[in-house]
Amino acid sequence: MADDTASLDGAAVGTRNQDNYLTHGRGILSWLFTLDHKRIGVMYLVAITSSFFLGGVFALLVRTELLTPGQTIMTADAYNKMFTLHGAVMIFLFIIPGIPAAIGNFVLPLMLGAKDVALPRLNLTSFWFWMVGAVFALVSIIVGAVDTGWTFYTPYSTTTGTAVISMTLGVFILGFSSIFTGLNFIVTIHKMRPEGMTWFKMPLFLWGLYSTAIIQVLATPILGITLLLLVAERALGVGIFDPTLGGDPVLFQHFFWFYSHPAVYIMILPAMGIISELVSVFSGKHIFGYKFIAWSSVAIALLSFLVWGHHMFTSGQSGITNMIFSALTFSVAIPSAVKVFNWLATMYKGSIRLATPMLYVLSFLFLFAIGGLTGLFLGALSVDIHLHDTYFVVAHFHYVMFGGTVIAFLGGLHYWWPKMFGRMYSERWGQISALLIFVGFNLTFFTQFVMGSHGMPRRYYNYVEEFTTLHQASTIGSYVLALGFFIMAGYLVHSLFRGKPAPSNPWGSATLEWETSSPPVAHNFDHEYLAGDPYDLESLRYDPAVEGWVRKDPQSIILAEGGAH
Amino acid sequence: MTAQHHDDGHDPNLAHHFESTEQQFQSAKLGMWLFLATEILFFGGLFVAYTVYRGNHPEVFVFGAHFLDTALGALNTVVLIFSSFTIAWAVRAAQLKQIKLLKWLIIATMLCAFAFLGVKYVEYSAKWKHGLLWAGSYDPHVDHEEAFEVIEHEAEIHAPGGDFEIAEIDEVQHVAEGEIVEPVAVAVEVDTASAVVDSDRSTIAPAAQGPAGLAGPDSPADPDAIPVEPGNAKIFFSIYFLMTGLHGIHVLGGIAAMLWLLNSLRRGDFDGGHYTRVDMVALYWHVVDIIWIYLFLLLYLID
Repeated sequence: MADDTASLDGAAVGTRNQDNYLTHGRGILSWLFTLDHKRIGVMYLVAITSSFFLGGVFALLVRTELLTPGQTIMTADAYNKMFTLHGAVMIFLFIIPGIPAAIGNFVLPLMLGAKDVALPRLNLTSFWFWMVGAVFALVSIIVGAVDTGWTFYTPYSTTTGTAVISMTLGVFILGFSSIFTGLNFIVTIHKMRPEGMTWFKMPLFLWGLYSTAIIQVLATPILGITLLLLVAERALGVGIFDPTLGGDPVLFQHFFWFYSHPAVYIMILPAMGIISELVSVFSGKHIFGYKFIAWSSVAIALLSFLVWGHHMFTSGQSGITNMIFSALTFSVAIPSAVKVFNWLATMYKGSIRLATPMLYVLSFLFLFAIGGLTGLFLGALSVDIHLHDTYFVVAHFHYVMFGGTVIAFLGGLHYWWPKMFGRMYSERWGQISALLIFVGFNLTFFTQFVMGSHGMPRRYYNYVEEFTTLHQASTIGSYVLALGFFIMAGYLVHSLFRGKPAPSNPWGSATLEWETSSPPVAHNFDHEYLAGDPYDLESLRYDPAVEGWVRKDPQSIILAEGGAH
Repeated sequence: MTAQHHDDGHDPNLAHHFESTEQQFQSAKLGMWLFLATEILFFGGLFVAYTVYRGNHPEVFVFGAHFLDTALGALNTVVLIFSSFTIAWAVRAAQLKQIKLLKWLIIATMLCAFAFLGVKYVEYSAKWKHGLLWAGSYDPHVDHEEAFEVIEHEAEIHAPGGDFEIAEIDEVQHVAEGEIVEPVAVAVEVDTASAVVDSDRSTIAPAAQGPAGLAGPDSPADPDAIPVEPGNAKIFFSIYFLMTGLHGIHVLGGIAAMLWLLNSLRRGDFDGGHYTRVDMVALYWHVVDIIWIYLFLLLYLID
């Protein structure tokens, strides 16, 4: 019993020696075949950051090629493959599984005070499907890569000589991995909530994951069948997308975007969930407008299914169809803005701590606002005719995906890092890295808004002399960005070995994952909890003895001693 | 202290992270329903493709359906509906711990699945024999031993978007012996001047004409000599093979699931009335069944 009260009292010292999930089993097999959601989350984290590194290398090669007009370091064909691989790896291997499968897997059951997700075997299956899908993608890269762009548009994708089949099969398998994660989260949130946690007492990150899971489950099968049809088209010539055989290539675009537009909300909704957690904790204030933030996640998830046609404004859709899709696209701005205003209201008159996670929150608010508002430019029919397929679209997309999702992912990673590994990272280097990433990102992509509005087309190998300065600024920005990430990799890895041991609750958060030790024990909790208000920060006080936060009344949320049995 | 918790006096079927078998059962059931929703959406893509192409080329579907064997399709429908009955009964047997009955009901369901695939094999091989394959391999031809007699045909369909005319056979009688019934439609000629149809001819059009009205340079010089089927009839067979093929793969998945159930049964997992697995497989099997009923209606019975 002595060990159990130690974590309850937030005693940091000694937790490293305890039996925790990292030390609970030894050897590579104890990881690869684990059913523990925390280990699966950590394996996902390693897998997706490796993918992020690979996709980042492709991006740097693309930017370096664009330093000068004409050939700089690679041929035009190689360039086509580089931007395709950058997109495909970043989208399908990194950003879609990113937050849900890595951070979500680790945090979701802990936030519920549960021992695991509802379907642990399915969780492991999801990870293995990810691995198999990644192998297919790597094989495709090795045997000749793909030069279609990450969207695999027909008819080019059915006629190009590159390795489209293995890449699309890889993405098909990755789709199942994503479906299994989403399905698991829905079941877990429905069936495993603890005593006292009604739907509107869930931490908002769970609302984000739940909305994401709805999209994962309902949209991903369409991508599956679309890619299967593409493979059948290439392998057998079924003709579904081939006009000479009676098919329709625009049908591919409809199918593809019926998944891939909701998919950008798979990327952004969990990011918004992370921001909702962080903004409250680091403003030292209860979240403002809880129900509005929760409902707006669901609203975005539902609206996401109704806007795919805005990708085909220039593909010969009828005028009335375009107008309907344009109007529906604008409507997504409403729940998105509801969230932003609630976050700002949460910060208002708060006592804001500029710790590394909060720097990412501020970055997110700034960059996501730009990314979201430029989406309205593109949703407007007349403006889109001018901006379609230019760098403006590329910049908008990266402001949302990088400025939104990746920045929030980094914020979440820094926020839960002490819980995951039981170590604190260097706060100073964290802040330097966050600053470099913010500056590098804006330099890389703000220039692209300017180029795009001046007519620089996306995916072009060459450009006119007038764009040279802006292209070079953008490339330098990408190097600054890369430097920020190398520093981050450095101090995070360093923290694993030399970092200060983390207390149970280093930030003063009221959600349940901070009740257990850092890192958590294999079975997560030694007690069964009665969940209260997840943003009741007043119930905590800072304890200098453990350099962390503890409950003013530790017994107030304990439902039963000695675990959930 | 918690390590011992897992071993003392628990239901062996209750996983450590659940508090009750009821919670565990409800979780599995919700998960299964969500999975079935993804299955419906997975097929949904093909149903949308079907809708789009049927909307664009209705004549192709009417034409193509003549080549499908309604009798065999109906037989398979009966087989699957019967198997749905046996698997539903199996769930009841599992709840009542009638293990022996359960075993035979699972075996009966599995036999139905094999019967379905057997009939499908007969149908597929007839298509293969006549070259009635997906668009890329579409090469229709008729065996010389077979005789076909066209009783009556004349109809005109104005395809949307084109003003070419095609004729369609209303009724076809097949008089070959010992063969699978394979009604052959199409003896069609287009004469843009008078739309006269030569009813003596009964051959299937050669493949790869391209979209009607867009005949390429390699088409014969004399337009009267081209026996024309509806433009792109082959797209019907693409959709037929994609939909029934994907469904067939799901039937195979069902057989694997039944084998898994039999193995669980042999190990005695169901002896205590733990019927979750049987229930999950039954739900899956019902969906496979329902999808087939739609395929039968949309592909075979659209005339």
